[in-house]
Amino acid sequence: MQWEVVIGLEVHVQLTTKSKIFSGASTAFGATPNSQACAVDLALPGTLPVLNEQAVNDAILFGLAIDADICRDSVFERKNYFYPDLPKGYQTSQMDKPIVGHGVVEIRLEDGSTRNIRVHHAHLEEDAGKSLHEDFHGMSGIDLNRAGTPLIEIVSEPDLRSAEEAVAYLRKIHSIVTYLGISDGDMSQGSMRCDANVSVRLKGEEEYGTRAEIKNINSFRFVERAIKVEAQRQIDLIEDGGKVVQETRLYDSDKNETRSMRSKEEANDYRYFPCPDLLPVHIEQSLIDSLQKQMPELPDAKRQRFETEYGLSTYDASLLTAERSIADFFEACSKVAGDAKLAANWVNGELSAALNREGKALKDSPVSAEQLGGLIVRIRDNSISGKIAKQVFEALWNGDGQSADEVIEAKGLKQVSDTGALEAMVDEVIAANPAQVEQYRAADDGKRKKLIGFFVGQIMKASKGQANPGMVNQLLNKKLSD
Amino acid sequence: MSLEQGDIAKLARLARIRISEESSEELRQRISDILGMIDTMQAVNTDAVDPMANPHDATQRLRADVVTEVDQRDDFQRIAPATEDGLYLVPKVID
Repeated sequence: MQWEVVIGLEVHVQLTTKSKIFSGASTAFGATPNSQACAVDLALPGTLPVLNEQAVNDAILFGLAIDADICRDSVFERKNYFYPDLPKGYQTSQMDKPIVGHGVVEIRLEDGSTRNIRVHHAHLEEDAGKSLHEDFHGMSGIDLNRAGTPLIEIVSEPDLRSAEEAVAYLRKIHSIVTYLGISDGDMSQGSMRCDANVSVRLKGEEEYGTRAEIKNINSFRFVERAIKVEAQRQIDLIEDGGKVVQETRLYDSDKNETRSMRSKEEANDYRYFPCPDLLPVHIEQSLIDSLQKQMPELPDAKRQRFETEYGLSTYDASLLTAERSIADFFEACSKVAGDAKLAANWVNGELSAALNREGKALKDSPVSAEQLGGLIVRIRDNSISGKIAKQVFEALWNGDGQSADEVIEAKGLKQVSDTGALEAMVDEVIAANPAQVEQYRAADDGKRKKLIGFFVGQIMKASKGQANPGMVNQLLNKKLSD
Repeated sequence: MSLEQGDIAKLARLARIRISEESSEELRQRISDILGMIDTMQAVNTDAVDPMANPHDATQRLRADVVTEVDQRDDFQRIAPATEDGLYLVPKVID
């Protein structure tokens, strides 16, 4: 049987406002517990929420970026549930009139094809605090610093058909919100979290299968694994004659399995109703227009520009535009280097490998865009070979020198392009290897091409890689045929 | 819709309030009256009426994104039943 997986994602994105969505308390990460939980966040009697203008603007920007309708009269509602990390007894959220309506996100798959994923809506809401269940004499500790941090929840239609597509979609959302600068998108710190609705059906079937909701997945890798393992669980269940029940499940990354949290019967009834403490939010067209003007160049547009302006392949341009910081780094580097393709190769190659190896983010790269650009300049003018360039890069990475020129000078790595010096080396190698010379001279053109590699190798070894390979080849050809 | 005495006892248990036997019957009557009123309201056809989010003919004023609150944790925690290491302590809850 051919099964099809159907996935819808709910992505929570923490906004980078300075203050909370309904209070003037700070949202800075890592403060001591409850030092940023004010009377409003604690839900002390008599307090009232006042909506943060920046959170509204951020949500509108996101809506414009995914081509969505902006709801001109948006309403906040109370989602009622009792849990101590939310002392009000409800989460202020949106339901009937969310600020962002239907939109669309284009994803690009590994084979280069693209698909449009529909966004059902995106709404503004507040985050909850954190519960610590370590032993406080049998009690739980509550930190409300995060309570009231603004979130947008982005709800997709069930348009995704594989775990890979779900990851591509999530990466695209990540890329859009970081380009817009409305979130830092840091999944490890919980700035982006994701719930996945997963169901399976036979290929060609119109009706959706019964879905399970997997809660709180906190990395790109886990999204892929959680969806795969949950889809397989459902397929196995059905093939064994069982039935999927609608329920909420938790993904356990240690065991790589999902397990039931609560079934539909036990599901919360949130009793949504319009929040009487907050009036409807009216959004003027003039605000939408002015935000539209502030819209930065978005990933898709940037990728297209990189292809046409710099002549890069779609693959290279996609890698470089996945994050705004990488794109900015590349453009700064390319400007200094004067060669976009070389710059792209170095950023996507050596630099990204070094960052991966040390688990560093680009912003913490020891090699700056200007330094890398300077290095490429020296490759282009033949001062150094590609091989030596890697040594210079290594030195810059380790902080041995401020610029490529400084490293080349200090370590004496400059390529030898002086004909006299090279000729001497060539003569020496020819004199030292009479048997190989004999063999070369007896060979036909086809074989000669292979045999000459031996001499080039010897000379590169003698020069510690600093001989200009092009010139060495020329000289060898001339001398060996004499 | 009218309620039975048993419903009142159940509601009281869920709401964690104690209701004396004497006031139970009066409460049953009053809550039943409220439910009756809701039945009457639900008979009205509202198909063409937009749900009202707020009775005031006004819209939300927004505040600038500025941190205005200072740390008053010590004051707040003075009235909390239990705290430790800056955390509020509550009966253990695992969802």
